[in-house]
Amino acid sequence: MTEIIRFLIGFFLIVGSFLTLVTAFGLIRLPDVYTRNHAASKSATLGVMCILLATFLFFFLEEGHFNSRLILGIIFIFITAPVAGHLISRAAYNSGVPLWEKSVRDDLKGKQKYEKKNM
Amino acid sequence: MLHTIIQISLLAVSISMVGLIYRVIVGPTTPDRVVALDALGVNLIAIIALVSMVQHSKSFLEVILLIGILAFIGTVAFSKFLEKGAIIEHDRDH
Repeated sequence: MTEIIRFLIGFFLIVGSFLTLVTAFGLIRLPDVYTRNHAASKSATLGVMCILLATFLFFFLEEGHFNSRLILGIIFIFITAPVAGHLISRAAYNSGVPLWEKSVRDDLKGKQKYEKKNM
Repeated sequence: MLHTIIQISLLAVSISMVGLIYRVIVGPTTPDRVVALDALGVNLIAIIALVSMVQHSKSFLEVILLIGILAFIGTVAFSKFLEKGAIIEHDRDH
């Protein structure tokens, strides 16, 4: 049983560190703000959740200590990180950051003019 | 074996933080830098969890929740500043 939990801890650690590396590659390689935000907000959240789950299992196995703050931290990051990604992407669009020049379609393009006309 | 895996993932998270710092320095627009700083805060949480596993100490686990809350508040404040020009508006004009 102990060995199985240890194997799970190692698995979650490897998955989490791989996902944080994916975050860094995405932020370096992708072309504009929106795609970079897409990479950062998803994979960083899942990676740190895996690492925190591994930490929780580690302390539960080694010391028999049920740490509720780690569970709370996992839930908090799961709730707040996508909200922060959404807010910063919206602020980028409304402050006029251009899309990638090869992107094909922008459904929000005439929105401000349309709202001003129909006020 | 588990100790080696912890060291390897500490190395991987550190390399990822270096990549994010590259984006903070280079990033052509301000929202780029804010996205990269938010991801840096999240990676710092992972670093703290790994260091507390290396040191066998439960004392740092409050810091995880604290950094999560502070990174969220900072990102929300900065996006509101970028969108409206003020973080806390004053609209008492009567």
